[in-house]
Amino acid sequence: MAMLSNSDTLSVTSDRRARLTRDAVGVLVILALGVAGYVLFPNNLALLTRITAIALLVLSLDLVTGYCGVATLGHAALFGAGAYGAGIAAAHFGITDPVAMLAVGIIAGSIAGLISGVVVLRAHGLPQLVLSIAIIHLAHEAANKASGWTGGSDGLSGIMPDAVFGVWQFDLWGRTAYVFGIVLLVVTFVLLRQIVRSPFGMLCRGIRQDPVRIRAMGGSVHGTLIRMYIISGAVAGAGGALNAISTQVVGLDSLSFTLSAEALVMLVLGGTGSLYGALLGTVTFLWFEDVVSAANPFHWLTIVGALLIAVVLFAPKGLYGSLAAYFERRGRKNP
Amino acid sequence: MSAIFDVRNLKKTFGGLVVTNDVSLSMAPGDRVALIGPNGAGKTTFVNLVTGNILPNAGSVMLGGQDVTRLGPTERVRRGLVRSFQVTRLFSEMTPEEHVALAILQREGRSGKMFASHRAMPDVMEEGHTLLSRLGIAHLARHRVSEIAYGQQRLLELSLALALKPKVLLLDEPAAGVPQSDTARIEQAIADLPSDLAVLMIEHDMDLVFRFAKRVVVLAAGEIIFDGSPDAVTKDVRVRQAYLGSYADARSVA
Repeated sequence: MAMLSNSDTLSVTSDRRARLTRDAVGVLVILALGVAGYVLFPNNLALLTRITAIALLVLSLDLVTGYCGVATLGHAALFGAGAYGAGIAAAHFGITDPVAMLAVGIIAGSIAGLISGVVVLRAHGLPQLVLSIAIIHLAHEAANKASGWTGGSDGLSGIMPDAVFGVWQFDLWGRTAYVFGIVLLVVTFVLLRQIVRSPFGMLCRGIRQDPVRIRAMGGSVHGTLIRMYIISGAVAGAGGALNAISTQVVGLDSLSFTLSAEALVMLVLGGTGSLYGALLGTVTFLWFEDVVSAANPFHWLTIVGALLIAVVLFAPKGLYGSLAAYFERRGRKNP
Repeated sequence: MSAIFDVRNLKKTFGGLVVTNDVSLSMAPGDRVALIGPNGAGKTTFVNLVTGNILPNAGSVMLGGQDVTRLGPTERVRRGLVRSFQVTRLFSEMTPEEHVALAILQREGRSGKMFASHRAMPDVMEEGHTLLSRLGIAHLARHRVSEIAYGQQRLLELSLALALKPKVLLLDEPAAGVPQSDTARIEQAIADLPSDLAVLMIEHDMDLVFRFAKRVVVLAAGEIIFDGSPDAVTKDVRVRQAYLGSYADARSVA
Protein backbone atom coordinates (compact mmCIF):
# COMPACT_ATOMS: atom_id res chain seq x y z
CA MET A 1 0.00 0.00 0.00
CA ALA A 2 1.33 3.38 -0.93
CA MET A 3 2.34 5.58 1.91
CA LEU A 4 1.14 9.13 2.20
CA SER A 5 3.81 11.40 0.82
CA ASN A 6 5.45 14.10 2.91
CA SER A 7 3.47 16.75 1.08
CA ASP A 8 0.22 14.89 1.87
CA THR A 9 1.20 14.65 5.53
CA LEU A 10 2.00 18.35 5.56
CA SER A 11 -1.30 19.04 3.86
CA VAL A 12 -3.18 17.02 6.53
CA THR A 13 -1.39 18.94 9.27
CA SER A 14 -2.05 22.31 7.68
CA ASP A 15 -5.71 21.31 7.13
CA ARG A 16 -6.07 20.50 10.79
CA ARG A 17 -4.47 23.79 11.73
CA ALA A 18 -6.73 25.69 9.35
CA ARG A 19 -9.82 24.00 10.80
CA LEU A 20 -8.73 24.73 14.37
CA THR A 21 -8.08 28.33 13.39
CA ARG A 22 -11.54 28.63 11.85
CA ASP A 23 -13.10 27.11 14.98
CA ALA A 24 -11.13 29.42 17.23
CA VAL A 25 -12.20 32.40 15.14
CA GLY A 26 -15.84 31.24 15.36
CA VAL A 27 -15.66 30.93 19.14
CA LEU A 28 -13.90 34.28 19.46
CA VAL A 29 -16.55 35.97 17.30
CA ILE A 30 -19.35 34.54 19.45
CA LEU A 31 -17.53 35.61 22.62
CA ALA A 32 -16.77 39.07 21.20
CA LEU A 33 -20.41 39.55 20.21
CA GLY A 34 -21.41 38.28 23.64
CA VAL A 35 -19.17 40.80 25.37
CA ALA A 36 -20.35 43.57 23.01
CA GLY A 37 -23.96 42.73 23.83
CA TYR A 38 -23.21 42.80 27.54
CA VAL A 39 -21.46 46.17 27.33
CA LEU A 40 -23.59 47.92 24.73
CA PHE A 41 -27.07 46.70 25.72
CA PRO A 42 -26.98 46.24 29.52
CA ASN A 43 -30.73 46.91 29.73
CA ASN A 44 -31.58 44.43 27.01
CA LEU A 45 -29.87 41.33 28.35
CA ALA A 46 -33.19 39.48 28.63
CA LEU A 47 -33.70 39.86 24.87
CA LEU A 48 -30.12 38.78 24.18
CA THR A 49 -30.56 35.70 26.38
CA ARG A 50 -33.78 34.91 24.50
CA ILE A 51 -31.82 35.20 21.24
CA THR A 52 -29.23 32.78 22.64
CA ALA A 53 -31.91 30.24 23.59
CA ILE A 54 -33.58 30.51 20.18
CA ALA A 55 -30.15 30.21 18.52
CA LEU A 56 -29.84 26.79 20.17
CA LEU A 57 -33.24 25.85 18.73
CA VAL A 58 -32.21 27.00 15.24
CA LEU A 59 -28.85 25.17 15.50
CA SER A 60 -30.80 22.10 16.49
CA LEU A 61 -33.14 22.51 13.51
CA ASP A 62 -30.13 22.95 11.23
CA LEU A 63 -28.84 19.55 12.31
CA VAL A 64 -31.90 17.72 10.98
CA THR A 65 -32.97 20.05 8.18
CA GLY A 66 -29.72 21.57 6.96
CA TYR A 67 -27.44 18.58 7.45
CA CYS A 68 -29.87 15.69 6.98
CA GLY A 69 -32.54 17.16 4.70
CA VAL A 70 -35.49 16.34 6.97
CA ALA A 71 -38.41 18.72 6.45
CA THR A 72 -40.00 19.72 9.75
CA LEU A 73 -42.31 22.41 11.05
CA GLY A 74 -42.60 20.91 14.48
CA HIS A 75 -39.16 21.40 15.93
CA ALA A 76 -40.33 23.60 18.79
CA ALA A 77 -41.67 20.39 20.37
CA LEU A 78 -38.08 19.55 21.26
CA PHE A 79 -37.42 23.05 22.59
CA GLY A 80 -40.66 22.99 24.59
CA ALA A 81 -39.84 19.56 26.01
CA GLY A 82 -36.55 20.95 27.32
CA ALA A 83 -38.26 24.04 28.72
CA TYR A 84 -41.04 22.11 30.44
CA GLY A 85 -38.60 19.40 31.58
CA ALA A 86 -36.37 21.93 33.33
CA GLY A 87 -39.38 23.93 34.58
CA ILE A 88 -41.24 20.93 35.99
CA ALA A 89 -38.04 19.62 37.59
CA ALA A 90 -37.68 22.93 39.42
CA ALA A 91 -41.32 23.71 40.21
CA HIS A 92 -42.52 20.21 41.14
CA PHE A 93 -39.43 18.28 42.19
CA GLY A 94 -37.27 20.94 43.74
CA ILE A 95 -34.40 20.44 41.30
CA THR A 96 -33.29 24.06 41.25
CA ASP A 97 -29.60 23.75 40.50
CA PRO A 98 -29.31 25.38 37.05
CA VAL A 99 -26.84 22.82 35.75
CA ALA A 100 -29.13 19.99 36.90
CA MET A 101 -32.10 21.79 35.31
CA LEU A 102 -30.10 22.08 32.12
CA ALA A 103 -29.35 18.35 32.25
CA VAL A 104 -33.05 17.57 32.71
CA GLY A 105 -33.87 19.83 29.76
CA ILE A 106 -31.28 18.07 27.59
CA ILE A 107 -32.66 14.65 28.52
CA ALA A 108 -36.27 15.76 27.94
CA GLY A 109 -35.28 17.27 24.60
CA SER A 110 -33.46 14.08 23.60
CA ILE A 111 -36.48 11.95 24.42
CA ALA A 112 -38.72 14.35 22.47
CA GLY A 113 -36.19 14.16 19.63
CA LEU A 114 -36.33 10.37 19.64
CA ILE A 115 -40.15 10.35 19.59
CA SER A 116 -40.35 13.06 16.92
CA GLY A 117 -37.73 11.31 14.83
CA VAL A 118 -39.50 7.95 14.98
CA VAL A 119 -42.77 9.58 13.83
CA VAL A 120 -41.47 12.15 11.33
CA LEU A 121 -39.03 9.78 9.63
CA ARG A 122 -41.87 7.42 8.74
CA ALA A 123 -42.62 9.67 5.76
CA HIS A 124 -40.86 11.83 3.18
CA GLY A 125 -41.56 15.20 1.61
CA LEU A 126 -44.95 16.78 2.22
CA PRO A 127 -46.34 13.92 4.37
CA GLN A 128 -43.23 14.34 6.55
CA LEU A 129 -44.00 18.02 6.95
CA VAL A 130 -47.60 17.23 7.88
CA LEU A 131 -46.46 14.70 10.49
CA SER A 132 -44.16 17.29 12.03
CA ILE A 133 -47.03 19.80 12.22
CA ALA A 134 -49.20 17.14 13.85
CA ILE A 135 -46.48 16.55 16.45
CA ILE A 136 -46.22 20.18 17.47
CA HIS A 137 -50.01 20.52 17.72
CA LEU A 138 -50.26 17.33 19.78
CA ALA A 139 -47.43 18.45 22.06
CA HIS A 140 -49.04 21.87 22.47
CA GLU A 141 -52.41 20.35 23.29
CA ALA A 142 -50.88 17.82 25.68
CA ALA A 143 -49.13 20.63 27.58
CA ASN A 144 -52.36 22.62 27.64
CA LYS A 145 -54.39 19.70 29.02
CA ALA A 146 -51.81 18.63 31.60
CA SER A 147 -52.24 21.93 33.39
CA GLY A 148 -51.57 20.34 36.79
CA TRP A 149 -47.98 19.89 35.68
CA THR A 150 -47.51 22.62 33.11
CA GLY A 151 -49.77 25.43 34.31
CA GLY A 152 -51.73 25.14 31.05
CA SER A 153 -52.43 28.43 29.31
CA ASP A 154 -51.36 30.39 32.41
CA GLY A 155 -47.84 29.04 32.03
CA LEU A 156 -45.61 27.20 34.48
CA SER A 157 -44.33 29.46 37.20
CA GLY A 158 -42.55 28.94 40.50
CA ILE A 159 -39.24 28.22 38.84
CA MET A 160 -36.55 29.58 41.16
CA PRO A 161 -33.10 28.47 40.01
CA ASP A 162 -30.27 28.51 42.54
CA ALA A 163 -27.01 30.35 42.00
CA VAL A 164 -24.78 28.86 39.28
CA PHE A 165 -22.25 26.59 41.05
CA GLY A 166 -23.55 28.16 44.28
CA VAL A 167 -21.77 31.43 43.42
CA TRP A 168 -23.56 33.45 40.74
CA GLN A 169 -27.13 34.34 41.63
CA PHE A 170 -29.66 35.01 38.86
CA ASP A 171 -30.15 38.77 39.11
CA LEU A 172 -32.92 41.13 38.05
CA TRP A 173 -30.90 42.51 35.11
CA GLY A 174 -30.35 39.07 33.68
CA ARG A 175 -26.54 39.26 33.73
CA THR A 176 -25.98 35.78 35.14
CA ALA A 177 -28.55 34.24 32.80
CA TYR A 178 -26.90 35.97 29.86
CA VAL A 179 -23.40 34.77 30.69
CA PHE A 180 -24.78 31.28 31.43
CA GLY A 181 -26.44 31.32 27.99
CA ILE A 182 -23.35 32.51 26.12
CA VAL A 183 -21.18 29.86 27.78
CA LEU A 184 -23.79 27.22 26.91
CA LEU A 185 -23.90 28.43 23.31
CA VAL A 186 -20.11 28.36 22.93
CA VAL A 187 -19.82 24.84 24.41
CA THR A 188 -22.65 23.61 22.17
CA PHE A 189 -21.14 25.28 19.12
CA VAL A 190 -17.74 23.66 19.69
CA LEU A 191 -19.32 20.22 20.17
CA LEU A 192 -21.50 20.59 17.09
CA ARG A 193 -18.54 21.72 14.96
CA GLN A 194 -16.87 18.44 15.91
CA ILE A 195 -19.96 16.42 15.10
CA VAL A 196 -20.74 17.96 11.71
CA ARG A 197 -17.14 17.50 10.58
CA SER A 198 -16.89 13.93 11.84
CA PRO A 199 -17.55 10.77 9.80
CA PHE A 200 -21.05 10.83 11.33
CA GLY A 201 -21.59 14.36 10.03
CA MET A 202 -20.29 13.30 6.63
CA LEU A 203 -22.75 10.39 6.65
CA CYS A 204 -25.60 12.81 7.44
CA ARG A 205 -24.59 15.12 4.58
CA GLY A 206 -24.49 12.10 2.32
CA ILE A 207 -27.99 11.10 3.39
CA ARG A 208 -29.26 14.60 2.60
CA GLN A 209 -27.80 14.42 -0.89
CA ASP A 210 -28.58 10.83 -1.81
CA PRO A 211 -29.91 8.27 0.68
CA VAL A 212 -29.96 5.58 -2.03
CA ARG A 213 -26.19 5.92 -2.43
CA ILE A 214 -25.70 5.69 1.33
CA ARG A 215 -27.70 2.46 1.40
CA ALA A 216 -25.63 1.17 -1.51
CA MET A 217 -22.57 1.78 0.67
CA GLY A 218 -24.11 -0.29 3.45
CA GLY A 219 -25.11 2.73 5.56
CA SER A 220 -28.18 2.79 7.75
CA VAL A 221 -30.16 5.86 6.75
CA HIS A 222 -32.92 5.55 9.33
CA GLY A 223 -30.61 4.72 12.23
CA THR A 224 -28.33 7.65 11.40
CA LEU A 225 -31.24 10.08 11.16
CA ILE A 226 -32.67 8.89 14.47
CA ARG A 227 -29.30 9.48 16.13
CA MET A 228 -29.14 12.96 14.68
CA TYR A 229 -32.69 13.64 15.84
CA ILE A 230 -31.70 12.69 19.39
CA ILE A 231 -28.65 14.99 19.26
CA SER A 232 -30.85 17.71 17.81
CA GLY A 233 -33.33 17.14 20.66
CA ALA A 234 -30.53 17.54 23.20
CA VAL A 235 -29.49 20.88 21.68
CA ALA A 236 -33.07 22.18 21.43
CA GLY A 237 -33.72 20.90 24.95
CA ALA A 238 -30.72 22.87 26.20
CA GLY A 239 -32.20 25.97 24.55
CA GLY A 240 -35.57 25.33 26.16
CA ALA A 241 -33.96 24.80 29.57
CA LEU A 242 -32.02 28.04 29.17
CA ASN A 243 -35.28 29.82 28.41
CA ALA A 244 -36.93 28.32 31.50
CA ILE A 245 -33.96 29.20 33.72
CA SER A 246 -33.62 32.75 32.44
CA THR A 247 -37.32 33.77 32.33
CA GLN A 248 -38.36 31.54 35.28
CA VAL A 249 -41.61 30.79 33.52
CA VAL A 250 -42.56 28.39 30.74
CA GLY A 251 -45.49 29.22 28.48
CA LEU A 252 -47.31 27.29 25.80
CA ASP A 253 -45.63 29.53 23.21
CA SER A 254 -42.44 27.50 23.69
CA LEU A 255 -44.31 24.54 22.20
CA SER A 256 -46.02 26.41 19.40
CA PHE A 257 -46.27 25.96 15.67
CA THR A 258 -45.40 29.65 15.32
CA LEU A 259 -42.05 29.15 17.05
CA SER A 260 -41.34 26.11 14.85
CA ALA A 261 -42.09 28.07 11.70
CA GLU A 262 -40.08 31.09 12.87
CA ALA A 263 -37.10 28.86 13.62
CA LEU A 264 -37.27 27.54 10.06
CA VAL A 265 -37.48 31.10 8.72
CA MET A 266 -34.40 32.08 10.76
CA LEU A 267 -32.51 29.07 9.44
CA VAL A 268 -33.38 29.83 5.82
CA LEU A 269 -32.50 33.48 6.41
CA GLY A 270 -29.04 32.58 7.72
CA GLY A 271 -28.42 29.63 5.41
CA THR A 272 -29.07 25.91 5.91
CA GLY A 273 -26.33 23.35 6.39
CA SER A 274 -24.01 25.68 8.27
CA LEU A 275 -23.80 26.33 12.00
CA TYR A 276 -22.70 29.89 11.29
CA GLY A 277 -25.75 30.36 9.08
CA ALA A 278 -28.05 29.21 11.88
CA LEU A 279 -26.48 31.69 14.32
CA LEU A 280 -26.46 34.57 11.85
CA GLY A 281 -30.08 33.93 10.84
CA THR A 282 -31.28 33.89 14.45
CA VAL A 283 -29.47 37.07 15.45
CA THR A 284 -30.52 38.92 12.29
CA PHE A 285 -34.18 37.89 12.47
CA LEU A 286 -34.71 38.55 16.18
CA TRP A 287 -32.68 41.75 16.19
CA PHE A 288 -34.47 43.02 13.07
CA GLU A 289 -37.84 42.05 14.52
CA ASP A 290 -37.07 43.89 17.77
CA VAL A 291 -35.82 47.06 16.05
CA VAL A 292 -38.56 47.20 13.44
CA SER A 293 -41.40 46.45 15.85
CA ALA A 294 -40.21 49.27 18.10
CA ALA A 295 -39.75 51.69 15.19
CA ASN A 296 -43.01 50.90 13.45
CA PRO A 297 -45.47 49.03 15.65
CA PHE A 298 -48.17 49.02 12.94
CA HIS A 299 -46.29 47.71 9.92
CA TRP A 300 -43.36 45.80 11.39
CA LEU A 301 -44.63 42.40 10.24
CA THR A 302 -44.86 43.73 6.68
CA ILE A 303 -41.27 44.92 6.87
CA VAL A 304 -40.10 41.57 8.26
CA GLY A 305 -41.98 39.84 5.42
CA ALA A 306 -40.29 42.11 2.86
CA LEU A 307 -36.86 41.25 4.32
CA LEU A 308 -37.56 37.55 3.99
CA ILE A 309 -38.77 37.89 0.40
CA ALA A 310 -35.66 39.91 -0.45
CA VAL A 311 -33.37 37.28 1.07
CA VAL A 312 -35.11 34.36 -0.62
CA LEU A 313 -35.10 36.12 -4.01
CA PHE A 314 -31.64 37.66 -3.96
CA ALA A 315 -29.69 35.42 -1.57
CA PRO A 316 -31.33 31.98 -1.86
CA LYS A 317 -28.44 30.35 0.02
CA GLY A 318 -29.20 32.61 3.00
CA LEU A 319 -27.05 35.40 4.36
CA TYR A 320 -24.13 33.24 5.42
CA GLY A 321 -24.40 30.89 2.45
CA SER A 322 -24.32 33.79 0.00
CA LEU A 323 -21.41 35.45 1.78
CA ALA A 324 -19.45 32.19 1.84
CA ALA A 325 -20.17 31.59 -1.87
CA TYR A 326 -19.06 35.16 -2.68
CA PHE A 327 -15.74 34.77 -0.86
CA GLU A 328 -15.19 31.33 -2.43
CA ARG A 329 -15.66 32.82 -5.91
CA ARG A 330 -13.28 35.65 -5.05
CA GLY A 331 -10.74 33.21 -3.68
CA ARG A 332 -10.80 31.28 -6.96
CA LYS A 333 -10.32 34.41 -9.02
CA ASN A 334 -7.42 35.51 -6.84
CA PRO A 335 -5.83 32.30 -5.58
CA MET B 1 -14.47 -23.51 -7.58
CA SER B 2 -17.50 -23.14 -5.29
CA ALA B 3 -19.99 -20.37 -6.04
CA ILE B 4 -19.64 -17.06 -4.22
CA PHE B 5 -22.90 -15.84 -5.70
CA ASP B 6 -25.77 -18.14 -6.50
CA VAL B 7 -29.21 -17.07 -7.69
CA ARG B 8 -31.69 -19.90 -7.81
CA ASN B 9 -35.04 -19.94 -9.60
CA LEU B 10 -35.76 -16.27 -8.97
CA LYS B 11 -39.28 -15.18 -9.84
CA LYS B 12 -40.97 -11.80 -9.65
CA THR B 13 -44.41 -10.76 -10.81
CA PHE B 14 -46.09 -7.36 -10.79
CA GLY B 15 -49.78 -8.18 -10.79
CA GLY B 16 -50.21 -10.64 -13.63
CA LEU B 17 -47.02 -9.60 -15.36
CA VAL B 18 -44.09 -11.96 -14.92
CA VAL B 19 -40.91 -9.83 -15.10
CA THR B 20 -38.42 -12.37 -13.81
CA ASN B 21 -39.16 -16.00 -14.52
CA ASP B 22 -37.16 -18.81 -12.98
CA VAL B 23 -33.82 -17.07 -13.34
CA SER B 24 -30.75 -18.92 -12.06
CA LEU B 25 -27.20 -17.63 -12.20
CA SER B 26 -24.10 -18.79 -10.40
CA MET B 27 -20.70 -17.11 -10.17
CA ALA B 28 -17.37 -18.16 -8.69
CA PRO B 29 -14.67 -15.80 -7.37
CA GLY B 30 -12.85 -14.21 -10.30
CA ASP B 31 -15.70 -14.71 -12.78
CA ARG B 32 -16.28 -12.00 -15.39
CA VAL B 33 -19.87 -12.27 -16.53
CA ALA B 34 -21.82 -9.90 -18.75
CA LEU B 35 -25.60 -9.73 -18.47
CA ILE B 36 -27.18 -8.45 -21.65
CA GLY B 37 -30.65 -8.29 -23.09
CA PRO B 38 -32.91 -6.06 -25.16
CA ASN B 39 -34.79 -3.17 -23.55
CA GLY B 40 -37.52 -4.44 -21.22
CA ALA B 41 -35.80 -7.80 -20.77
CA GLY B 42 -35.89 -7.46 -16.99
CA LYS B 43 -32.24 -6.60 -16.31
CA THR B 44 -33.03 -3.73 -13.92
CA THR B 45 -35.58 -5.87 -12.06
CA PHE B 46 -32.98 -8.61 -11.79
CA VAL B 47 -30.45 -6.19 -10.30
CA ASN B 48 -33.06 -4.86 -7.88
CA LEU B 49 -33.96 -8.40 -6.83
CA VAL B 50 -30.35 -9.38 -6.33
CA THR B 51 -29.43 -6.25 -4.38
CA GLY B 52 -32.51 -6.51 -2.17
CA ASN B 53 -34.32 -3.41 -3.34
CA ILE B 54 -37.32 -5.57 -4.19
CA LEU B 55 -38.22 -8.98 -2.82
CA PRO B 56 -38.85 -11.97 -5.10
CA ASN B 57 -42.06 -14.03 -5.13
CA ALA B 58 -39.98 -17.20 -5.27
CA GLY B 59 -36.39 -18.34 -5.46
CA SER B 60 -33.31 -17.51 -3.47
CA VAL B 61 -30.13 -15.43 -3.52
CA MET B 62 -27.08 -16.99 -1.90
CA LEU B 63 -23.96 -15.01 -1.10
CA GLY B 64 -20.86 -16.83 0.08
CA GLY B 65 -23.02 -19.86 0.87
CA GLN B 66 -25.49 -17.90 2.97
CA ASP B 67 -29.09 -17.20 2.06
CA VAL B 68 -29.59 -13.42 1.80
CA THR B 69 -32.95 -13.51 0.01
CA ARG B 70 -34.85 -11.84 2.86
CA LEU B 71 -32.10 -9.39 3.82
CA GLY B 72 -32.32 -5.71 2.88
CA PRO B 73 -29.89 -3.94 0.54
CA THR B 74 -27.77 -2.52 3.36
CA GLU B 75 -27.12 -5.92 4.92
CA ARG B 76 -26.24 -7.42 1.52
CA VAL B 77 -23.68 -4.68 0.95
CA ARG B 78 -22.16 -5.40 4.34
CA ARG B 79 -21.83 -9.05 3.32
CA GLY B 80 -19.97 -8.15 0.15
CA LEU B 81 -22.56 -7.61 -2.59
CA VAL B 82 -21.86 -4.16 -4.00
CA ARG B 83 -23.26 -2.37 -7.02
CA SER B 84 -22.48 0.64 -9.12
CA PHE B 85 -25.22 2.70 -10.74
CA GLN B 86 -26.07 3.22 -14.38
CA VAL B 87 -26.53 6.94 -13.73
CA THR B 88 -23.83 8.20 -11.38
CA ARG B 89 -25.02 8.61 -7.81
CA LEU B 90 -22.50 10.74 -5.99
CA PHE B 91 -22.66 13.53 -3.44
CA SER B 92 -22.19 16.64 -5.54
CA GLU B 93 -21.09 18.84 -2.63
CA MET B 94 -18.51 16.40 -1.33
CA THR B 95 -15.01 15.63 -2.58
CA PRO B 96 -13.71 12.29 -3.91
CA GLU B 97 -11.55 12.09 -0.77
CA GLU B 98 -14.66 12.35 1.42
CA HIS B 99 -16.54 9.82 -0.72
CA VAL B 100 -13.86 7.19 -0.47
CA ALA B 101 -13.20 7.88 3.22
CA LEU B 102 -16.90 7.49 3.95
CA ALA B 103 -17.00 4.18 2.09
CA ILE B 104 -13.93 2.87 3.95
CA LEU B 105 -15.29 4.00 7.31
CA GLN B 106 -18.65 2.48 6.46
CA ARG B 107 -17.01 -0.83 5.60
CA GLU B 108 -15.13 -0.82 8.90
CA GLY B 109 -18.16 0.21 10.97
CA ARG B 110 -16.53 3.51 11.92
CA SER B 111 -18.83 5.89 10.03
CA GLY B 112 -20.77 6.66 13.23
CA LYS B 113 -17.78 8.28 14.94
CA MET B 114 -18.69 11.74 16.16
CA PHE B 115 -15.58 13.31 17.57
CA ALA B 116 -12.93 12.65 14.96
CA SER B 117 -12.22 13.76 11.43
CA HIS B 118 -11.40 11.29 8.68
CA ARG B 119 -8.38 13.48 7.90
CA ALA B 120 -6.97 12.61 11.32
CA MET B 121 -7.14 8.90 10.48
CA PRO B 122 -3.91 8.04 8.62
CA ASP B 123 -5.05 4.52 7.70
CA VAL B 124 -8.22 5.82 6.05
CA MET B 125 -6.40 8.63 4.26
CA GLU B 126 -3.73 6.25 3.02
CA GLU B 127 -6.16 3.65 1.72
CA GLY B 128 -8.32 6.34 0.11
CA HIS B 129 -5.29 7.89 -1.57
CA THR B 130 -4.18 4.50 -2.88
CA LEU B 131 -7.63 3.78 -4.33
CA LEU B 132 -7.95 7.15 -6.02
CA SER B 133 -4.40 6.85 -7.38
CA ARG B 134 -5.14 3.41 -8.79
CA LEU B 135 -8.03 4.90 -10.75
CA GLY B 136 -6.03 7.95 -11.78
CA ILE B 137 -8.11 10.56 -9.98
CA ALA B 138 -5.98 11.24 -6.89
CA HIS B 139 -5.23 14.73 -8.20
CA LEU B 140 -8.96 15.52 -7.90
CA ALA B 141 -9.23 14.30 -4.31
CA ARG B 142 -10.04 17.73 -2.87
CA HIS B 143 -12.29 18.99 -5.66
CA ARG B 144 -16.04 18.98 -5.30
CA VAL B 145 -17.68 16.24 -7.35
CA SER B 146 -19.81 18.88 -9.09
CA GLU B 147 -16.55 20.32 -10.47
CA ILE B 148 -15.13 17.17 -12.03
CA ALA B 149 -15.85 15.63 -15.46
CA TYR B 150 -18.43 12.88 -15.89
CA GLY B 151 -15.86 10.29 -16.93
CA GLN B 152 -13.94 10.97 -13.72
CA GLN B 153 -17.15 10.70 -11.76
CA ARG B 154 -17.63 7.21 -13.23
CA LEU B 155 -14.14 6.31 -12.04
CA LEU B 156 -15.01 7.64 -8.60
CA GLU B 157 -18.16 5.51 -8.64
CA LEU B 158 -15.93 2.52 -9.28
CA SER B 159 -13.49 3.48 -6.53
CA LEU B 160 -16.40 3.73 -4.09
CA ALA B 161 -17.43 0.19 -4.93
CA LEU B 162 -13.84 -1.02 -4.47
CA ALA B 163 -13.49 0.82 -1.16
CA LEU B 164 -16.23 -1.45 0.17
CA LYS B 165 -14.04 -4.49 -0.65
CA PRO B 166 -16.81 -6.47 -2.32
CA LYS B 167 -16.90 -10.18 -3.00
CA VAL B 168 -19.38 -9.69 -5.81
CA LEU B 169 -19.55 -6.50 -7.85
CA LEU B 170 -22.50 -5.56 -10.06
CA LEU B 171 -21.53 -2.97 -12.62
CA ASP B 172 -24.57 -1.37 -14.20
CA GLU B 173 -23.46 0.08 -17.55
CA PRO B 174 -20.19 1.47 -16.14
CA ALA B 175 -19.35 3.39 -19.32
CA ALA B 176 -22.84 4.79 -19.96
CA GLY B 177 -22.81 8.46 -20.90
CA VAL B 178 -19.02 8.67 -20.84
CA PRO B 179 -17.35 10.49 -23.75
CA GLN B 180 -15.43 8.26 -26.15
CA SER B 181 -12.16 9.81 -24.98
CA ASP B 182 -12.67 8.54 -21.42
CA THR B 183 -14.00 5.03 -22.06
CA ALA B 184 -10.50 3.54 -22.42
CA ARG B 185 -9.65 4.62 -18.84
CA ILE B 186 -12.82 3.07 -17.50
CA GLU B 187 -12.19 -0.15 -19.41
CA GLN B 188 -8.67 -0.26 -18.06
CA ALA B 189 -9.97 0.28 -14.52
CA ILE B 190 -12.40 -2.60 -15.02
CA ALA B 191 -9.64 -4.80 -16.43
CA ASP B 192 -7.55 -4.03 -13.35
CA LEU B 193 -10.24 -5.12 -10.88
CA PRO B 194 -8.98 -7.65 -8.29
CA SER B 195 -8.68 -11.08 -9.84
CA ASP B 196 -10.57 -12.83 -7.04
CA LEU B 197 -13.57 -10.52 -7.36
CA ALA B 198 -16.67 -11.88 -9.09
CA VAL B 199 -17.94 -9.21 -11.48
CA LEU B 200 -21.33 -9.12 -13.18
CA MET B 201 -21.59 -6.35 -15.74
CA ILE B 202 -24.91 -5.21 -17.18
CA GLU B 203 -24.04 -3.59 -20.47
CA HIS B 204 -25.44 -2.62 -23.89
CA ASP B 205 -22.12 -1.87 -25.55
CA MET B 206 -21.30 -5.20 -27.17
CA ASP B 207 -17.69 -4.24 -27.91
CA LEU B 208 -17.13 -3.66 -24.22
CA VAL B 209 -18.95 -6.90 -23.39
CA PHE B 210 -16.72 -8.93 -25.69
CA ARG B 211 -13.55 -7.36 -24.33
CA PHE B 212 -14.59 -7.84 -20.69
CA ALA B 213 -16.58 -11.04 -20.37
CA LYS B 214 -15.51 -14.63 -20.25
CA ARG B 215 -19.14 -15.56 -20.09
CA VAL B 216 -22.32 -13.92 -21.37
CA VAL B 217 -25.81 -14.33 -19.98
CA VAL B 218 -28.73 -13.14 -22.09
CA LEU B 219 -32.01 -12.17 -20.50
CA ALA B 220 -35.16 -11.76 -22.62
CA ALA B 221 -38.73 -11.32 -21.41
CA GLY B 222 -37.62 -12.09 -17.85
CA GLU B 223 -35.97 -15.42 -18.73
CA ILE B 224 -32.38 -16.48 -19.31
CA ILE B 225 -32.22 -17.62 -22.93
CA PHE B 226 -28.47 -18.03 -23.19
CA ASP B 227 -25.58 -18.68 -20.83
CA GLY B 228 -22.27 -19.35 -22.50
CA SER B 229 -19.13 -18.01 -24.12
CA PRO B 230 -18.96 -14.65 -25.93
CA ASP B 231 -18.12 -16.47 -29.16
CA ALA B 232 -21.26 -18.54 -29.05
CA VAL B 233 -23.68 -15.77 -28.14
CA THR B 234 -23.74 -14.09 -31.56
CA LYS B 235 -24.47 -17.38 -33.26
CA ASP B 236 -27.31 -18.37 -30.97
CA VAL B 237 -30.64 -18.34 -32.77
CA ARG B 238 -32.72 -17.44 -29.73
CA VAL B 239 -30.48 -14.49 -28.94
CA ARG B 240 -30.71 -13.24 -32.53
CA GLN B 241 -34.46 -13.70 -32.40
CA ALA B 242 -34.70 -11.75 -29.12
CA TYR B 243 -32.63 -8.84 -30.39
CA LEU B 244 -33.71 -8.70 -34.02
CA GLY B 245 -37.17 -10.32 -33.97
CA SER B 246 -38.34 -11.28 -37.48
CA TYR B 247 -35.29 -9.51 -38.99
CA ALA B 248 -33.13 -12.32 -37.62
CA ASP B 249 -34.36 -14.58 -40.40
CA ALA B 250 -34.26 -11.98 -43.14
CA ARG B 251 -31.73 -12.42 -45.91
CA SER B 252 -29.55 -9.55 -46.86
CA VAL B 253 -30.83 -7.55 -49.81
CA ALA B 254 -28.51 -7.62 -52.74
